[in-house]
Amino acid sequence: MYKGNDYMKKLLEVNNLAVSFTQNNREVPAVRGVNFSVYEGETLAIVGESGSGKSVTAQSIMRLVPMPPGKFVSGSIMFNGEDLIKKTDKEMRSIRGKDISMVFQEPMTSLNPVFTIGNQVQEVLFNHTDISKKEARERSIQLMRDVGINRPEEVIDEYPHQLSGGMRQRVMIAIAIALHPKLLIADEPTTALDVTVQAQILDLLKDIQQEKNMSTIMITHDLGVVASSADRVAVMYAGRIVEIGTVDEIFYNPQHPYTWGLLGSMPTLETDEESLFSIPGTPPDMSNLPKGDPFAPRNPYALDIDREKEPPMFKVSDTHYAATWLLHEDTPPVDPPENIKERWAYFKSNLQKESGMKR
Amino acid sequence: MSDQDVLLEVKNLKKYFPIKAGFFQRKVGEVKAVDDVSFTIKKGETFGLVGESGSGKSTTGRTILRLLDPTDGQIIFDGEDITHIRGNRLREIRQNLQMVYQDPYASLNPKMMVGHIVDEPIRNFTKKKHSELEDEVKELLQRVGLKASDYYKYPHEFSGGQRQRIGIARALALKPKLIIADEPVSALDVSIQAQVINLLKELQEEFGLTYLFIAHDLAVVKYLSDRIGVMKDGNLVEMAPSNELYENPIHPYTKSLLSAILSPDPEVERERKRMKYDPSIHPKNEELSLREVKPGHWVRCTPSEFATYQQQYAQ
Repeated sequence: MYKGNDYMKKLLEVNNLAVSFTQNNREVPAVRGVNFSVYEGETLAIVGESGSGKSVTAQSIMRLVPMPPGKFVSGSIMFNGEDLIKKTDKEMRSIRGKDISMVFQEPMTSLNPVFTIGNQVQEVLFNHTDISKKEARERSIQLMRDVGINRPEEVIDEYPHQLSGGMRQRVMIAIAIALHPKLLIADEPTTALDVTVQAQILDLLKDIQQEKNMSTIMITHDLGVVASSADRVAVMYAGRIVEIGTVDEIFYNPQHPYTWGLLGSMPTLETDEESLFSIPGTPPDMSNLPKGDPFAPRNPYALDIDREKEPPMFKVSDTHYAATWLLHEDTPPVDPPENIKERWAYFKSNLQKESGMKR
Repeated sequence: MSDQDVLLEVKNLKKYFPIKAGFFQRKVGEVKAVDDVSFTIKKGETFGLVGESGSGKSTTGRTILRLLDPTDGQIIFDGEDITHIRGNRLREIRQNLQMVYQDPYASLNPKMMVGHIVDEPIRNFTKKKHSELEDEVKELLQRVGLKASDYYKYPHEFSGGQRQRIGIARALALKPKLIIADEPVSALDVSIQAQVINLLKELQEEFGLTYLFIAHDLAVVKYLSDRIGVMKDGNLVEMAPSNELYENPIHPYTKSLLSAILSPDPEVERERKRMKYDPSIHPKNEELSLREVKPGHWVRCTPSEFATYQQQYAQ
């Protein structure tokens, strides 16, 4: 669990990261100045819609953004005191899979169909350690048992097409954790899976994390996944983090109108209103961002200044920041949607800690 | 429920796919994708079909549309048995049976202008030209939340949510009685999902549509549907009004499915207990069928289970 940043060690620190892509001879921003840290043993969820820059942020940490057309415009990614952006490709190869590893969304396409499961699990062991064939096979079987694969002695000689989606995702996780990485990046790890399998995979990731004191960055658009797995949450929109805080702060004391919209637009089993709250319009075209706050055209709470100037991060508490002019001291109090007021009331009476709260 | 209120009746529907092997591609077995499914949908109602991948929910939808030929059973649409109709009669019936597909990227022809995509169903059944239909199509586009000027654009100019609106406009063009929507929102972003769900709801009221809504997201299905059927391995295992199904699930599989749904609420998630479904708890060598445990609440069970369920739940 997240215990506050005072006595937890920072494992990863992303400073002012900006990435853009060249498209038709024009530079299109994908990530526009992102700051966050990941502490040891915690899960940070990055939530956002497609095109918000969440996957590019993750791929930048792994240095998997193809360059060109991609390009680091600014920033640093400090991992264990070293800047990953400055690493050579060769240095990165020894970090990937060993210190930082990644689980992708598509278990169907991220395994090679012409190699056995065993080949693919052992590959990472051979690449990073001096290990005999026999030892590698034993380690692989043990790893597969750890991630809940039945009869691993047989599965190791099978091919990916012989396994179900959930089993393939377990194999991917086995590969990712084979060398006890300090940081695991999971990019929509359960999106392609059925609900019951999704729950199993999330439980598995949680168990592994606690056992190995691993940090996780969970990239997702599903607020259910966030609620069940995250310690802290960063909400991204149009290439920037618009709100970041502990999971309770984001779900029960959200301050940014985009977060309000996201929380309101997901039907839950309890929802029985006539129509769902929905954010009007569509995400902005990144090659043609409007002046000011890119969310302003979809924001019913937009102020005049939103159309002039992008808001900076305002502090809500030591762990909670949001980029909205609504938090500026000169802004008159706003009237958020009903369901957000209920969340705030719940937060005030049950969850708020004394220190440093603004509202 | 009088027969006039029923729009669609599916009786003991079966769809088996052959497994072929060897040089001569001889049939060596069967996949029972849909195995004895029965339900009815009333006019103006939304019936939701949920299930995991491979449960047969999409095959059920496609068989009702007669995109697949049923192996056995009966499909009665608006009082007419359409199980074996062919040729012109099938064409005519399809005016009233339309589909909205899952993938808004694959289901629109990239070489066709949006206006022509939407008026194609009308042109299939009348001799009207594009120009005669232009005003009607523009009105339809506006009704689903697009602009009249979008008539002249091509699919690649639109986002996923907007494309799904085009697909909905095309399905509406013939003013059908029943729309089968197969995972219409699962490829869309959260904020866009809500827009499309709201649109489907509004259109239903305005045009008096009946929906068969197929999806794996139980929260979305519950939000839209009046009644829900839960499918597993080609069978309906439980069928009930949607609130009843969520509040008082009876079949252990439904219970496990409901317990696996992630709630966007951290406090609920910390408390959540997951139930695992163990198919071996059902008595063996007894005949399984869908039985009505309480009025309107059907469960697939054996006679002995039925007796226990009735005792437990039917007060």
